Amino acid sequence: MEIPYTVAAREDTGLNNGKIGIWLFLASEVMLFGALFASYILLRVGSVEWPHGYTILNVPLATFNTIVLISSSVTMVMAWASLMRRRLGTFRLYQGATVALGGVFLVVKYFEYSAKFHHELFPSTNNFLGIYFTLTGLHMLHVIGGMVVNAWLLGPGSKLYATNPEWFTNRVENSGLFWHFVDLVWIFLFPTLYLL
Amino acid sequence: MSGSHDVDIDKHVRVYITVFVSLMVLTLITVAVGYLHLPVGPAVAVALLIASIKGGLVACYFMHLISERKLIYYVLLSTILLFIVLLLVPLFTVANGTMIKHP
Repeated sequence: MEIPYTVAAREDTGLNNGKIGIWLFLASEVMLFGALFASYILLRVGSVEWPHGYTILNVPLATFNTIVLISSSVTMVMAWASLMRRRLGTFRLYQGATVALGGVFLVVKYFEYSAKFHHELFPSTNNFLGIYFTLTGLHMLHVIGGMVVNAWLLGPGSKLYATNPEWFTNRVENSGLFWHFVDLVWIFLFPTLYLL
Repeated sequence: MSGSHDVDIDKHVRVYITVFVSLMVLTLITVAVGYLHLPVGPAVAVALLIASIKGGLVACYFMHLISERKLIYYVLLSTILLFIVLLLVPLFTVANGTMIKHP
């Protein structure tokens, strides 16, 4: 049986089902991260002392990671634009770059976490580190999830292009929406945790 | 693909590059302001203002919200309202004096 509205828009919504699905999912993600941001505010406002992030965390590394993630957002949107032009080879280059940049982000994060553990700074050390590891850890899981989907679309998932390029383009657009959301969350996490 | 369609995508690509450069500049400004070590109030205001501009650029152009269907706007509007409630709940708790008082 054919799945309806993968390419054509529904008459009532004006959108294909994949697009609505990913936006509803992102709405739930906003609430998930929103709850943790609210927790951060509650912890910070309620504490007697709260350290400045830059006294504990590595700002240059985080700045580098911000640049990496923003760059990956651009390569992601360029991958989609390549499919809109029906250039599969260019799509593969940009999509590969997106996955690779996600990998760079994770490697940098690994070094950041390792340095903290080396200095015996753990989530249990204080509330600041507790919320830092919770927020960045959850964000890192999202990066991994996005990389898995993007790698699948780069590899076995791209077979769909041969039979239904429009549907494949929509899938890449939807995975891109998730990836941009991950970037967007980091844009707020970076100053909140590292610079304030 | 038709020529006009390609020209349309070319316009999109030019916008993406412009947004990318803007995001990079704003990131550097964020870090530079961070090194000024402003008092907490102004520092939070500036950091959140710049982050909001960056987030807006990503949402509007990379996520194509600037030309999206109304249904998506309704979904996001209700999400933003609930998100604001979520942020206000702890602030009201503090303002209400129900927070644990430290000696």
